[in-house]
Amino acid sequence: MGVEGEVLGKLRERFRPSDAAIVRERVVRIGIERNDLLPVCRFLKETLGVEHLTCISAVDWRDRYECVYHLTSWSRNFMVQINARIPKDDPHIDSLTPLWNGANVHEREAYDLMGIVFDGHPNLVRILLPKDYEFHPLRKDFPQEVDRQYVSRRKIGGGG
Amino acid sequence: MGEMWINMGPQHPMTHGLWNLRIKVDGETIVDAEPEIGYLHRGYEKIMEVREFQKNVVLTDRLCYVSSITWSHCYCLACEEIMGVEAPPRGQYLRVVTNELQRIASHLMWLAAYGPDLGLLTALLWALRERELFLDLIQLISGARMNQNYPRIGGVRNDMPPDFEKYCRKVIAHFRKKLRDHEQLFEQSKLFQMRTVGVGRISRAQAMDWGVTGPNLRATGARIDLRTLDPYDAYPDLTFEAVTRSEGDSYARYKVRMEEMKASCDLIEEALASMPEGPYRSKPPRRAEGEGFRRTEDSRGEAMFYVIGDGDDRPYRVKIRSPVYSSIFAAPLMMRGNKIADVVAIMGSIDVCVGEMDK
Amino acid sequence: MSGHLIDLYGWSHAIASFLLWLGSLPLELGNWVAINLTGAPSPGPLTGVIGFLTSDGITSLTAAIIAINIMLVWAAALHLFTLMWIERKLYSRLQDRRGIMIGLGSFDFLASTLGRIPIIGRPFRRPSHLGTGYLQNLADGIKLIQKEVITPTNADRWMFHVAPVLITVSTLMAFVALPWSDGMWLMGSYETRPLGCVTDCTSVPVNQWGILFILAVFSIAPLGILIAGWASNNKYTLIGGMRAAAQLMSYEIPLALCVIAIVVFSGTLDPFELVRRQTERPFTFGPWTIDFLPNWYILNPILWIAFIVFFISVIAEAERIPFDIPEAEAELVEGWTTEYSGMRFGLVFAFKWLRALIGAGLISILFFGGWTGPAFVTLGVENLTTPQAEAIYILPQEFWFSLRVYIIFIVFVWIGWSVPRIRIDQILNIGWRRLVPLSLLAILLAAGARAWLGGF
Repeated sequence: MGVEGEVLGKLRERFRPSDAAIVRERVVRIGIERNDLLPVCRFLKETLGVEHLTCISAVDWRDRYECVYHLTSWSRNFMVQINARIPKDDPHIDSLTPLWNGANVHEREAYDLMGIVFDGHPNLVRILLPKDYEFHPLRKDFPQEVDRQYVSRRKIGGGG
Repeated sequence: MGEMWINMGPQHPMTHGLWNLRIKVDGETIVDAEPEIGYLHRGYEKIMEVREFQKNVVLTDRLCYVSSITWSHCYCLACEEIMGVEAPPRGQYLRVVTNELQRIASHLMWLAAYGPDLGLLTALLWALRERELFLDLIQLISGARMNQNYPRIGGVRNDMPPDFEKYCRKVIAHFRKKLRDHEQLFEQSKLFQMRTVGVGRISRAQAMDWGVTGPNLRATGARIDLRTLDPYDAYPDLTFEAVTRSEGDSYARYKVRMEEMKASCDLIEEALASMPEGPYRSKPPRRAEGEGFRRTEDSRGEAMFYVIGDGDDRPYRVKIRSPVYSSIFAAPLMMRGNKIADVVAIMGSIDVCVGEMDK
Repeated sequence: MSGHLIDLYGWSHAIASFLLWLGSLPLELGNWVAINLTGAPSPGPLTGVIGFLTSDGITSLTAAIIAINIMLVWAAALHLFTLMWIERKLYSRLQDRRGIMIGLGSFDFLASTLGRIPIIGRPFRRPSHLGTGYLQNLADGIKLIQKEVITPTNADRWMFHVAPVLITVSTLMAFVALPWSDGMWLMGSYETRPLGCVTDCTSVPVNQWGILFILAVFSIAPLGILIAGWASNNKYTLIGGMRAAAQLMSYEIPLALCVIAIVVFSGTLDPFELVRRQTERPFTFGPWTIDFLPNWYILNPILWIAFIVFFISVIAEAERIPFDIPEAEAELVEGWTTEYSGMRFGLVFAFKWLRALIGAGLISILFFGGWTGPAFVTLGVENLTTPQAEAIYILPQEFWFSLRVYIIFIVFVWIGWSVPRIRIDQILNIGWRRLVPLSLLAILLAAGARAWLGGF
């Protein structure tokens, strides 16, 4: 059982997420819609004692965006991975900067490379790319210059 | 004179890498600071989507080129999560040994950069002289001094040569003595302490809030080291205690890294003594589907890779979490209220490596 | 006791007379031609010119030029190269490496030169790294000379050009007053001692205000640095220049106060007199005398505070680490010298070493007995009453003075390359709040010693 089971139970009973699972020892994973993000994170921070936001990743699935949050609790030594689904045509989601200041830079990077807009961010400007760059390169529709050798086996076999 | 913005960089001897620090000064005192990064952005995450899983180790080596094995190790752990393989015990121990050797080499490079920042130019030569020994050891085991391409998904590339253990112990014994010399060089005169004690103070709560990890966090009094909290590979079997200090200033960060070098020496000796026999690598599958993440205690803090595979032989998405990325943006907190001349002391003590920050 | 090797005024007068005589030879020839071949009346038409050329005034003027030439150009250059070599080799060894290696032994002149001539098709062999490294600084100087001299666009042109001149000239003026031995000096005159003597007189050099003059011109350099920082039209050089000026002006005070302590203790500002006091009698401390010790002021416990404060002030004045924040700061690139290129930068950079040399020279005159030392073997008659007249010393006074200066400089380098540098506010803190009270204490001690223990 352990702390990950306890965390999973509390999250399930409070938010009823669509998919929630234990990944491995001390790691819980839940998938939520974007509107639930702030309540879940606030609950994690205030009730379950999550002090540290490790990372915010932005993923471009073909039918949606997903913002993956990795949160850590140092004191109770567990991690939570939150997959927040974002519709493709409206890439907005709440910013976590009110809760953790460390979210500031990660959200800027997600905006810069993937184009997801974080509502409530104090200074959402590009961070890695030049300020006047027009594209969001990490999106799947941004072309890759690929050589023959970098074409995957599946693609060679005719797949997508 | 009022308040004005000064640009330190991007071309600047202090910055140790290519990034820009804008500081707002009122006379000599710093009121605010704003780092500007991205000069070394190489598009890693996009490139890694078109290269096969194992070929990406060549790239992850070059993320932080000073501390390459630790980054590739983290990536291999994340890929092993998706693929469901686990390195055999000997492979795990080899990864730990090379990890710690690389950590000492990285800390020595930091020391070699920090001394000249403060005017102690002799520290550059001395620390690099010691680093040469560790680079020689790493070359002995992996074939290259930097960017070694040594960890593999499922283990390591090759076993250690037969005389490696002997040389390693010799180097560690020699290094312990030399580390005392380096400490004396820095600490015997009070001038170093005049420059670093009380400079760049950050509190534990602030550090945690801003996502600072690693030696920078341990210097504020938090006993947080991923090698004890969330151990991976052979770390659960080794005795290890995180090094902490409570002041949170530049001197504390310096001391934590010096003590960490000693702790790494102990770890290496213990790992070498209890190294099991057997294979050093297990064969991973070529294709992988799923998502996995793994974090390790890199030389600079908590490094994390989040890898998603969609059934193909290359990743769908790779996300790199760099500890320096968060620490640099906590630096303005450390700098407020200090003088311009303290910027060097503070930024040097954070240990910036621009490669991993800009990806 | 050693004697001096170079009698600068004597030699320069001799050289001047010789050169003027040489220069007047064609005129004599012309005269002779005029008298004997052309029938001009004797004395010939050029006699006046010859007389003028060989007169005392012109001879003295030429002698002065030659003396200045020898002292400032050759001695300064020689000592500058040697000091730079010492520093670069010493700090390299502190850093566990060999340092500069291209020197006189790098060029293999003894071997066949054919392989070295760049004939088309035959490779040219580079010099080997087996020399001492002495020529490296000359090579660096030549490199700096051949660089493009750039003046920033909006710089204050006149001030930009004047600033390095000010620094250079003021340092060389300090060199004028710094004697290297009993005979090698530019500023001074001869006096007979003991005063009012009839028989058994010796002629000794005196320079009543020597130390004061050195300190005074030493203090002109901060002005030059401030002008350089301002005239470069650069935010950072301005900050660097102001910091340098603040630091140098602050450390002038303990410097001067310690000299006052010595003056109170010994009663003279004359470098020659100070050396004579320290050498012509054994170590005296009030009524007690220790015969085998020389009377060097460093051995006197009363003056130890003055020595330590003076030493630290000289390091700060020479802008060496740990006090070099105005110019070698990691965030101000090169500080106030950033915009200077080519030999202008080379000059101010080199004069940093000459200022250290002057500081070390001052320390050796004030505390270490100047230029005395055993002579070991002398060729010729060692005549104690007129030492400058007859003997040739194997280890002359110039050698002993240079030895002291180099040893003190080695301590400067040793300190400089073992410690970090401190911030400007910490530098000023130390200067004003620690060194000034200590130097006042030193004056008090010296005055007390003079009052209660008698003259020294």
